[in-house]
Amino acid sequence: MNLHEYQSKDLFRSYGIPVPNGKVAFSASEAIDAANALSGDKVIVKAQVHAGGRGKAGGVKIVDTAEAAGEFAESLLGTNLVTFQTDANGQPINRILVEETCDIIKELYLGAVLDRSKRRIVIMASTEGGVEIEKVAHETPEKILKATINPLVGIMPYQCRELAFGLGLAGDQIKQFTKLLTGLGKLVVEKDLALVEVNPLVITGSGDLLCLDGKINIDSNALFRHPDLVEMRDKSQEDERENRAAEWDLSYVALDGEIGCMVNGAGLAMATMDIIKLNGGDPANFLDVGGGATKERVAEALKIILSDDKVKGILVNIFGGIVRCDLIAEGIIAAVAEVHISVPIVVRLEGTKAAEGTELLNNSGLNLLGAQDLGEAAAKIVTAVGEAQ
Amino acid sequence: MSVLIDKNTRVICQGFTGKQGTFHCEQAIAYGTKMVGGVTPGKGGQVHLDLPVFNTVRDAVNETGADASVIYVPAAFCKDSIIEAAESGIGLVVCITEGVPTLDMLEAKIAVEQSGARLIGPNCPGIITPEECKIGIMPGSIHMAGRVGVVSRSGTLTYECVKQTSDLNFGQSTCIGIGGDPIPGTNFIDTLALFEADPATEAILMVGEIGGSAEEEAAEFIQSAVSKPVISYIAGVTAPKGKRMGHAGAIIAGGKGTAEEKFAALEKAGVHTVRSPAELGKGVQQATGW
Repeated sequence: MNLHEYQSKDLFRSYGIPVPNGKVAFSASEAIDAANALSGDKVIVKAQVHAGGRGKAGGVKIVDTAEAAGEFAESLLGTNLVTFQTDANGQPINRILVEETCDIIKELYLGAVLDRSKRRIVIMASTEGGVEIEKVAHETPEKILKATINPLVGIMPYQCRELAFGLGLAGDQIKQFTKLLTGLGKLVVEKDLALVEVNPLVITGSGDLLCLDGKINIDSNALFRHPDLVEMRDKSQEDERENRAAEWDLSYVALDGEIGCMVNGAGLAMATMDIIKLNGGDPANFLDVGGGATKERVAEALKIILSDDKVKGILVNIFGGIVRCDLIAEGIIAAVAEVHISVPIVVRLEGTKAAEGTELLNNSGLNLLGAQDLGEAAAKIVTAVGEAQ
Repeated sequence: MSVLIDKNTRVICQGFTGKQGTFHCEQAIAYGTKMVGGVTPGKGGQVHLDLPVFNTVRDAVNETGADASVIYVPAAFCKDSIIEAAESGIGLVVCITEGVPTLDMLEAKIAVEQSGARLIGPNCPGIITPEECKIGIMPGSIHMAGRVGVVSRSGTLTYECVKQTSDLNFGQSTCIGIGGDPIPGTNFIDTLALFEADPATEAILMVGEIGGSAEEEAAEFIQSAVSKPVISYIAGVTAPKGKRMGHAGAIIAGGKGTAEEKFAALEKAGVHTVRSPAELGKGVQQATGW
């Protein structure tokens, strides 16, 4: 689960990590009030969306007056921001962060992420702040300094000092950085963060460290123990169909093709997409229907797949295993009858009583084609969609 | 021969009296697995599926001499259950549950290593040595004792490997589902080493997927330490970047972890790769000449 910048900064603040004074606003008048409450001759107004590249996309502006802050907020709220990280529709702007500004001497990068091979949280720091860290990692990997956290003791002060000196910090900045990074390390562990990034972390005109941006991704598997974080969820930033699927314990991801897929198991679902492509078709989605392919869930899955009007055919691929395939077939038939589907559907059932299941499908009187194996199923649906067009 | 488990493996279940534990233990017993008891705190002394229930894993180990445990407890309690098993003398801990927080696994993995136990999973179908011992949720009926060692991050793709190698009468020595999480208890390299050392395993079928670099690391290991033919398929060629594909670990992050990178690394290491998931068995046939 992703957080907005202002939510990340609220968490930073509660862990003693320095951030600019600022306030979130949901309307132009709130933005004016926020600007009036802050000090300095200027404020920065930032669109809050779950995507990077907001500045270049016109979602961030420094203004001189509270009224100007209100006007800019008014122009953003209710619109969508399209950045290089979003799709063509962009992300809806329903809130704005208004913050105090500062002089910037230098921009740094600081992040923490799980290193899967090392099985440790790794801190990354770089003097190349303000740009995409993937680009730095690709072009000048030597400019990324790393520290691996020992889970037994957490991040140690010596590691903070090593990174601080490596970043060219000096004097009181070393102390500030140690405090900041210690707080960040604590935040990662206590809040089950999958990723945290401060880009940029700046050295201000007065020589102090300040986090000008904040990006947090929380391990979704750990949300059960963080009701406070669940409260922060902004569903408007997430894909509506993915959320609808999640409510039914279905895992769905939209793609661009014309053949919808319904599969049990994430790996087999990806493999089904791949084999459609190998047969000359294009998958319209990833959908893992999970272990219990009941009538209700199959029906819901079909509805979600068909809510994408690009879909011209559906491949259902169920490796039933312990669950009996004749029961799954009955569920599919009932669901298809209920949803009134006009596109061709190819169903491959494997496992206990697969032959009986396929027989039921073939005799259902519905637009259902049975298939014996994955290869045959993929070939059949690609052909059926080709013929229909 | 086989790896990790055989007909003599004595298995207990944590979360024994729950719905999942009950259903899958019934299946395991029917398959011939030597289930010797189970653990549900507070229900010690009861009998479930004709087997004794214990309050703690330590009691179960002391009374039954169990050497393996399968875990069906909810995700929030898996860290505790895994560490309890490992620190109570269980040698092989198999965690089926999906949705365990990553940081829980990071810590559990350290505790398991310190205790000298081996963990398989979480978020996996389990492990089976066909016709001897089934620990997990896989359908026993598709398996056949034989010569291919199967390892996969995906449950249903493991079944696909099994079906296709059974259809060709190759059979399987042991099948290990290592699970779809970012931090698996046992990884590809661990299982490749086990299969390499197992006389019954003549070829290894390894199925990976997008996300992380476990397949690339396995490729390096294969090149230096595996003499048996390795056949491999990677799922997710068509997966978009930055989107999690069902499994917690299946995500192309920062442009890294694509299926193409993994195919390339495996091919460079001399692995026989298969591009179609319908040709896993055929790939084994071609690589081995069987």
